[in-house]
This record gives sequence, structure tokens and C-alpha cells, in this order.
Amino acid sequence: MSFMNWLDERYPATQVWKEHLAEYYAPKNFNFWYFFGSLAMLVLVNQILTGVWLAMSYKPDAELAFGSVEFIMRDVEWGWLIRYMHSTGASAFFIVIYLHMFRGLMYGSYRGPRELLWIIGVIIYVVMMATAFMGYLLPWGQMSFWGAQVIVNLFSAVPFVGEELGIFIRGDFVISDATLNRFFSLHFLLPFVLAALVFVHIVALHKVGSNNPDGIEIKKNKDENGIPRDGIPFHPYYSVKDTVGVVGFLILFSAVLFFAPEMGGYFIEHPNFEPANPLKTPDHIAPVWYFTPFYAILRAVPSMMGSAFPGVVAMGAAIVMFFLLPWLDKSPVKSMRYKGPIQRIALGIFVVVFCILGVLGVMPSTGPLTLLAQVCTVLYFAYFLLMPWYSKIDSHKPVPERLT
Amino acid sequence: MKKLIIALMLFATPMLSMGAGGGVHLDDADVDVSDKESLQRGFKYFVNYCLSCHSAKYQRFERTATDLGLTFEDVKQNLMFTADKIGSTMDIAMGAEEANGYFGVTPPDLSVTTRSRGSDWVYTYLRSFYLDDSKPMGINNIVFPDVGMPHVLWELQGWQEARFKKGEDGKMHFEKFELVKAGSMSPEKYDEAVHDLVNFMTYLGDPSQQERKALGVKVILFLLVLFVLAYLLKKEYWKDIH
Repeated sequence: MSFMNWLDERYPATQVWKEHLAEYYAPKNFNFWYFFGSLAMLVLVNQILTGVWLAMSYKPDAELAFGSVEFIMRDVEWGWLIRYMHSTGASAFFIVIYLHMFRGLMYGSYRGPRELLWIIGVIIYVVMMATAFMGYLLPWGQMSFWGAQVIVNLFSAVPFVGEELGIFIRGDFVISDATLNRFFSLHFLLPFVLAALVFVHIVALHKVGSNNPDGIEIKKNKDENGIPRDGIPFHPYYSVKDTVGVVGFLILFSAVLFFAPEMGGYFIEHPNFEPANPLKTPDHIAPVWYFTPFYAILRAVPSMMGSAFPGVVAMGAAIVMFFLLPWLDKSPVKSMRYKGPIQRIALGIFVVVFCILGVLGVMPSTGPLTLLAQVCTVLYFAYFLLMPWYSKIDSHKPVPERLT
Repeated sequence: MKKLIIALMLFATPMLSMGAGGGVHLDDADVDVSDKESLQRGFKYFVNYCLSCHSAKYQRFERTATDLGLTFEDVKQNLMFTADKIGSTMDIAMGAEEANGYFGVTPPDLSVTTRSRGSDWVYTYLRSFYLDDSKPMGINNIVFPDVGMPHVLWELQGWQEARFKKGEDGKMHFEKFELVKAGSMSPEKYDEAVHDLVNFMTYLGDPSQQERKALGVKVILFLLVLFVLAYLLKKEYWKDIH
């Protein structure tokens, strides 16, 4: 142990190990929904590692990009595996994060004292969307090009400065080689920003302690040694439990990766196997599935005076809602287990509405579908904006003293 | 259990939504990239009929020969007309501008066409050319109206005319083809030849797909065993937690 002593005098290795793993006390009643935090980290590491290796053969050049991806798929040793791990990982990341966020909504993990923890999480989500958006341009296929064109044009809808803003983002009047280069640069940078944010997220988590399915603070009930009576050390209990979750996840992940990497055109869209062509607009432009709920909200809002800006504002507001959540929930209890029927139904409607918007976002916007998207958009915002009212009038069950 | 179902539903959400379909009914190409003989025949058709105007420039002859179980010598002697090195990509001599002069468009590279259009589309397309006097080249295609590509397989298929029927909406709808001049192949043989060709192009779209699926089986079997072990380990650690 002399080496550890030497190290500990210079670096708090043992202290960090104890504080964050061996003596970090987590509630003992974590269920299925608590797998997704560690899974998100796993997928982030997967994205960074496969991404670094892809960058060794990828060429961020409008003339060469498409071909370099095919070069990776055909000529680079194990290139196809690394590429599919990355493309499948992108979608898996969003699935995992959406389930992780749903867990937060269900058990009130955003409530005090975890407001900041939640907000850091939402920032991670926003940075993740930016990273995914820029990454999707890189294969330089038709959907890469036109998807980016549509999204960057949203910024151009901002009054007065919009046009300048669009040019600033693209570095050109249209999506071009300049755009591809800067998106590649940022797509390489942002995952490390994400990693730093995840670190901050975990520091915040370990300051306030983990929430749990009962929404009770285990720190309020400690034994004579100051250890929460309902807490168990993260390591080894949750490290072995999360291993089960990781392997279970990897089975599903591998099923997609090895047997359906395009996932029927949703993880890799079919038009993206055609090189970007600025002169040929695809029949139907849809963003990748993980953006479609917000895209549907964008299209649901009618444009005013020929400007799509109101839709852009609605789309932005849809994300801002998550930041406000800690202060919208006025219920005396945190967890859905003890909340009344109104809040349960509200969350149920929200989840269904989010999924419907996601489906509508990949379909062409026509009469009845637009109407449905508008209804869903109203319900989406109602979930948040009416929460101060319905969470207050809703009934609630008594919360137990100890975990169940 | 309820939670598991919800989780699976969320996982499946992206699959539920439908893709946009074209107007024309597509026939099932019934591809099977494990059928090496079909792939070899398809490769031959591809090189003879496609690879003079279209390139497949992301793929190498060497890789194709290896995957299809052909010798380099065989491929060099019989299937390489423009390139001389087995490691060359399947590129063509015709330049983009030159091609544009001939066809009005540059024939697209075919490396990943079955991935962008789908195998069924290519299969149906190659069987849907018909005589049409109103077009400059005298031919048209049901799947790809006003296409710039000539019917390069006409010697095999012969020529067919399209019959249209007035639908309930008052518009003319395609009904069926009628062969007016026989080719060197019977209609059944021709369908088989196109099947082989499309099968090859499906391989070409993602040449590692066979290797991928084989590896996938092994990886998932390993993970299933690991899952059981991880679960037993977890149970052992957790037996005193109540």
C-alpha cells in the first residue's frame, strides 16, 4: 500500500474512490429506469472512441466526404463495424437519454434540491442535439445536405439579423464545403464538452444525492455513523447491477448494429446513400427521428407575415420548458407513486403526445396531420404551462418515512 | 412487466412510423446475398451491361472477387475491361461531361444504389422499360418516367409495350406489359437474370453484410452468456439487501 500512500499524499485517489463509488450511498430501491444514466455514459464513450477512429479515415471535404465514408465501409479494416457502432450509437444515445429524462419526469428528480442537476442535464441534452445535428452533415448525403439546409434556414427566419446569422453559421450563402469543415471541427469538439458537462452533472448528483422511485430524501434518515439507513454503497451494489443493465443494453444494441443498422431507414436514411446534390431537392425532407417531435412543433405553428419565425420560437420554447420544470411542479410530493390521478394522466398524455409528434415529424405535413400536430403542440405546452395549477389541485397519497 | 412493455414501445417508436411510398407497385426482388452463384452471374451482367456507363467506384475488383469466391486470374481475364490491376476500383473510362452529352444526365454511380432506392425498386425498374413513341429515344419506364437511360438489357428481354386502363379517378393507370418482340431470354429467364443482377448490386451496397451478420450471431451469443453471469453476480451481491 505504500504506493497508494505516496499517491494519496499527492492526489486524492482513495478519497475520490470512496466519495464517489465505495462510500457514495445510493437509495437501495433503484428500478429499471435507473439504468439509463450509466448507459448514457457508456454510449457517450462509444461515440467518442468510434468517432476518433472514424476521423482517422474520414475526409471533411465536399468532394471527398461521401467517398471517404464508403472507403471506411469497404477498405478500412473493421471500418464497417466502427461506422455502424457510431451511427447506431447516435440513435441509441437519444433513446437512452429520452428514457433517462422520462425517469426524471416520473419520479420528480428535477425537484429541489436537484434543480441544478436537472438543468445541467437539459444543457447536456441541448449540446447533444447540436452535436448530432452537425454529425449528420458529415456523410454528405442528400439528407445530410438538405436536413442541414432546412435547420440552418430556421436561424435565417430570425427577424433583422436572420440572414447574417445563417451566413455566419454556414460560412457561406448555402451549405457548402466551408460548412462541412466547420461542422466537422465542432462535431469533434462538442463531445468533449459533453464529457465535461457529464462530469459536472455527476458532481452535482453526488452533492445532492440520488433521487429514487419513492421520491424520498434518504439523507433525512441516517444511522449513528451518519450513513443513510436506506442507502447502499454504489460500489459494489450498483456497479454489479449496472453491469447487468449494460449487457442487456448491448444485446439490443448489437441486434440493431449487426442485423438492421439502417433500422428501416430511420437510423440511416435511404436518401443519404445518394451524394449531396445542391441542385436536386429530395421529394421529402425529414430530420432524423430524434429531432422530429420538435420539427413537428415547428411545422404546426402557422407562419406569420410570410415568416416561419413563430414556429422557430415555438420549437425553441418546447426545449426551454424543460429548464423551467423544477419551478412549475407545485405538488407536495415528488414521485408519481404518490401523486394523484391528474398528474399521472398529464404525464401519460405528454408521453403519447411526444411520440405522436415524433411520428408526424417524419411524415409530410398535410391537412389532417397538420391539425393533429397542432393539437399535440397545444397539449405539449399545456403539460408544462398548466402544471403549476394542476399539480396544486391534484390529490396525493401520504409519503412513507422509509423506502418501500 | 408493464414497465418493460412501455420501454419496448419507446424503443420501437421510430419503427412505427411509415416511410413515404412511391406510386408504383414494386415487385419483390427476393434478394439472397448468400447465394454466391447468383452473385457471380449478377457480377457478370453488371460488368457487361452496367459498368460501361455507370461506375461502382467505391468498390474494388479484388474485394468483389474475394467475396464472390472468384480467382483474381478469372476476374482479370473475363471481367475487367478498363482496369488492369486487380486492386483497382470499379471505375469507368467515360467522363461525367462526356456522359452528360450522351444521355443529358451523368449516369449515377451504382455502388450504393440498392441502399438509396431499395433492391425492389431496381428489380422492378429494370423490368419496366416499354416502347413509347412520344419520347426522344422511343422508350419510357413505368417506375422512372422519362428516364434518360436506354433499355440496355433489350437484347435479353426484347421489347414490351405498356397497357393502360382508365381508373375510377378518370386518369390513366398502368395495367400490364405485353411483349411485342421476344429477346434472347424467355420472360422467366429474364426475371432470373435481373434477380441475379440486383442480388449482386445488393451485395455491392454493403459488401460486409454477410460477415456482419455472422459476427453478430457470435457477439449476441457471447452477450447472452455474459448476461446470465452478470445477473448471477448481481444476485449474489444483493442477497443481503432487503
